[in-house]
Amino acid sequence: MAANTGTYLIRGASILGGEPADLLIRDGVIAETGTGLSAEDRAEDVTVIDASGLVALPGMVDVHTHLREPGREDAETVETGTRAAALGGYTAVHAMANSTPVADTAGVVEQVYTLGRTAGWVDVRPVGAVTVGLAGEQLAELGAMADSRARVRMFSDDGICVHDPVLMRRALEYVKAFDGVVAQHAQEPRLTAGAQMNEGEVSAVLGLAGWPAVAEESIIARDVLLAQHVGSRLHVCHVSTAGSVEIIRWAKERGINVTAEVTPHHLLLTDDLVRSYDPVFKVNPPLRTDADVQALRAGLADGTIDVVGTDHAPHPSEHKECEWAQAAMGMTGLETALSVVQHTMIETGLMTWADFARVTSTAAAKIGRLADQGRPLEAGEPANVILVDPAARWTVDPFRMATMGRNSPFKGRELPGKVVATFFKGHPTVLDGELNTPYPYADSTAGVA
Amino acid sequence: MTSVTSAPVPARVVLSQADIDRALTRIAHEILEANKGSQDLVLLGIPRRGYPLALRLAEKIAAADSTVDAAAIVGQLDVTMFRDDLSHQGTRPPYPTKLPRTGIDNKVVVLIDDVLYSGRTIRAALDALIDLGRPRIVRLAVLIDRGHRELPIRADHVGKNLPTSSAEKVRVRLAETDTAPGGSPVNEVVIEGRS
Amino acid sequence: MKHLLSTENLSLANAIRILDTAEEMAAVGDREVKKLPALRGRTVVNLFFEDSTRTRISFEAAAKRLSADVINFAARGSSVSKGESLKDTAQTLSAMGADAVVIRHWASGAPHRLAATDWIDAAVINAGDGTHEHPTQALLDAFTMRRHWARLAGTGSEGADLKGMRVAIAGDVLHSRVARSNVWLLRTLGAEVTLVAPPTLLPIGVEKWPCKISYNMDETLEQGVDAVMMLRVQGERMNASFFPSTREYSRRWGFDDNRLKALDTLGMKDTIIMHPGPMNRGLEISAAAADSPRSTVLAQVRNGVSVRMAALYLLLSGDTREPAATPALAYAGTHSTKESN
Repeated sequence: MAANTGTYLIRGASILGGEPADLLIRDGVIAETGTGLSAEDRAEDVTVIDASGLVALPGMVDVHTHLREPGREDAETVETGTRAAALGGYTAVHAMANSTPVADTAGVVEQVYTLGRTAGWVDVRPVGAVTVGLAGEQLAELGAMADSRARVRMFSDDGICVHDPVLMRRALEYVKAFDGVVAQHAQEPRLTAGAQMNEGEVSAVLGLAGWPAVAEESIIARDVLLAQHVGSRLHVCHVSTAGSVEIIRWAKERGINVTAEVTPHHLLLTDDLVRSYDPVFKVNPPLRTDADVQALRAGLADGTIDVVGTDHAPHPSEHKECEWAQAAMGMTGLETALSVVQHTMIETGLMTWADFARVTSTAAAKIGRLADQGRPLEAGEPANVILVDPAARWTVDPFRMATMGRNSPFKGRELPGKVVATFFKGHPTVLDGELNTPYPYADSTAGVA
Repeated sequence: MTSVTSAPVPARVVLSQADIDRALTRIAHEILEANKGSQDLVLLGIPRRGYPLALRLAEKIAAADSTVDAAAIVGQLDVTMFRDDLSHQGTRPPYPTKLPRTGIDNKVVVLIDDVLYSGRTIRAALDALIDLGRPRIVRLAVLIDRGHRELPIRADHVGKNLPTSSAEKVRVRLAETDTAPGGSPVNEVVIEGRS
Repeated sequence: MKHLLSTENLSLANAIRILDTAEEMAAVGDREVKKLPALRGRTVVNLFFEDSTRTRISFEAAAKRLSADVINFAARGSSVSKGESLKDTAQTLSAMGADAVVIRHWASGAPHRLAATDWIDAAVINAGDGTHEHPTQALLDAFTMRRHWARLAGTGSEGADLKGMRVAIAGDVLHSRVARSNVWLLRTLGAEVTLVAPPTLLPIGVEKWPCKISYNMDETLEQGVDAVMMLRVQGERMNASFFPSTREYSRRWGFDDNRLKALDTLGMKDTIIMHPGPMNRGLEISAAAADSPRSTVLAQVRNGVSVRMAALYLLLSGDTREPAATPALAYAGTHSTKESN
């Protein structure tokens, strides 16, 4: 049951970028909406927040986060990663399975789930591995993970492609039993052996082994056909090429049950940045060309791509302060996602804030089957709400972030948009742009083992 | 790169074309006198302006002594790589070092430069010379000696002694290497700056 | 010039300056005392993450002829067995007072990392990085070509470029740092380059390079070339389906005896044959071609020392000005700003 989280009156926020209205948040839900709501004449203490000029949005839901715990607590912990999430405007994240040990059993996903509740900053939804140890050989106990306290619905070997077509088919079929979804990391392994960056004009000059677009597109083409054949739900992680967008558009037109995600960095950055050989730009899938960036933006705008997923991947500095070929792949993203999407999609006129709410919250919650996330900002709905100042401008400084990862590719860039407040289950985890306090779970100290 | 002065700097001509010519004629005769003839003479000019001066001197020596083939006794000695101030001053690509066919072993080598100042260029030239062979005698001839020596070096033959302050600049302009600010070739020595 | 990382951003002025300086350095080799005091008291570190005795001794000879102190550092740390990190190695060398680091590395871009970070404040010379660049090799190749081209023209090399020279570079372009550095430098110097290779050994994106592409060696020769540069075929390519067999490779892409004869038949009496070494005789180049009077293989080795002397001298003797050229890392983005001196 919801803890006592106090009462907040948000005054004059532009709802999804539309008309200003007031929101009264009480006991974890949006109790009232309307204009001219009064803080007086109420039994309890009411904290009034002047939200004029701010946009109210549903709390963001990340379908793709690496929290690194258990196993790589030097890179990130559930505590630090979810603090970053709250500051970035998130109220739920999906924690990817490539931890150590791999999240391929009910035990590990419950551990991650419990760590998330102990931290209390956002909903932590563990993603279960598709195959044992991400080895791509044998299905993990998907049902046990689905039935666990973590109620896993998304399964992924992210980082590694489920490239065996038979195994992929079985996984797609099997998760139907509990309305699960397989989130595929589309990367044909033979075509990308030793690959370092997008294969094209820049890789030719830099002498870095190329990562062809076809390695992603061929797997997506195969998987949508498999999903159609077995009548299953497929999610494609971090789509990065124009060709992938085309294939997914084609699949959706055929009625195939596929959803797709794009990362903020693929909406903005191109492989030209690799010319610096600075591994902060090394990521999987790699940064592509400007034509790909434009196609991804168009795909996100027209609904071909359903959601933005950060693929937040923090790394300790020694994994980036080295030669390009030695460096780890990945970028942080939780604290910059909103700004990058505003910059690339809203300020370009491709999207409205209502569209933003769809691709960062509503659609993401639906893919992960999160009942109380991504809801409309209406009376009676769970109070997962954020307030955003769209006029704010800030310069990205990785050393001032809550994540332990300093590997932000946006370092030094000026970006628009700032999260002013994050309400998670009616409790402000972020206020005045600063971290407040975690949600006070009644059982948070009980510690379910 | 030579720094081209944009602001007008007070400049006065201290040697005209005729003065330079007279000075070189005198030096040519001094060289012959000191050497008791043209036997074993080699003139090595130090780039940039020492080399054309060496050529001019050789012509004058040949004019005085018909057994001398001017072209055969002149060479160029680059000292860039032997300088002691490389890390302070900017580098330039070295000039070629060209020795007369006869070489320098057991020769009387006269080093030729335009201005003798700190003496460091000549120090470098002596080092460069030693790596190329073993002359019997090394002498030094300069068009201008402006003083301010930093090393125990003195010239055997001097065109003109020119007392200067170190704030001044002595500019030697030769037709072979220089043009006047207007663009026409010149032969003169000027002093720029306060005295 | 603070570093020599690539030829891609080497200006014409700087390229000519290095080649001209190398001409003067070459003269030192003919003297009684083959040594210059220019870099006395300076320390040059040969930092080799990849074995290459030829390149190392060439740089060592160059540094020693300029009187520099030379430290050879054979760093472990292959892609398989990670040794000490590049950062720690660089900081160690910095603490030892290295003035220049000559780095050979199996990873493309490693020299750029040294130059762009604050790990070490020394001049960095790229002595070959992965499949990226090998700028001093391209400079010594250009030096060799320029001497040849100037002799044919009856002029001096000094100050000259390679305008109008037709150069064919043949073989494994995909994995060749030598080919990349040559394509950029030869473009800058005005030569016309044709890459001749099986399509499997050309990178995707090569069509954007400033050169022509050919899949046919004989056609390229028939159209006329002034220099043919054969690239080494690495052993590990032979079993990775880049070409069916060494026999077929040699027949289609190698410089064999028939093609050597063809140069005579086609009346190209002044065409030279180049190879960066070490050669696979009988594979990319026949013994007769390698040993023919057209071959410049040994001249290239000799010129390598002169060119490396020039590079070390220009980088280390204090001139950090850029004559009229682009800084080495002037790319888009906010990083690498401290590259410019």
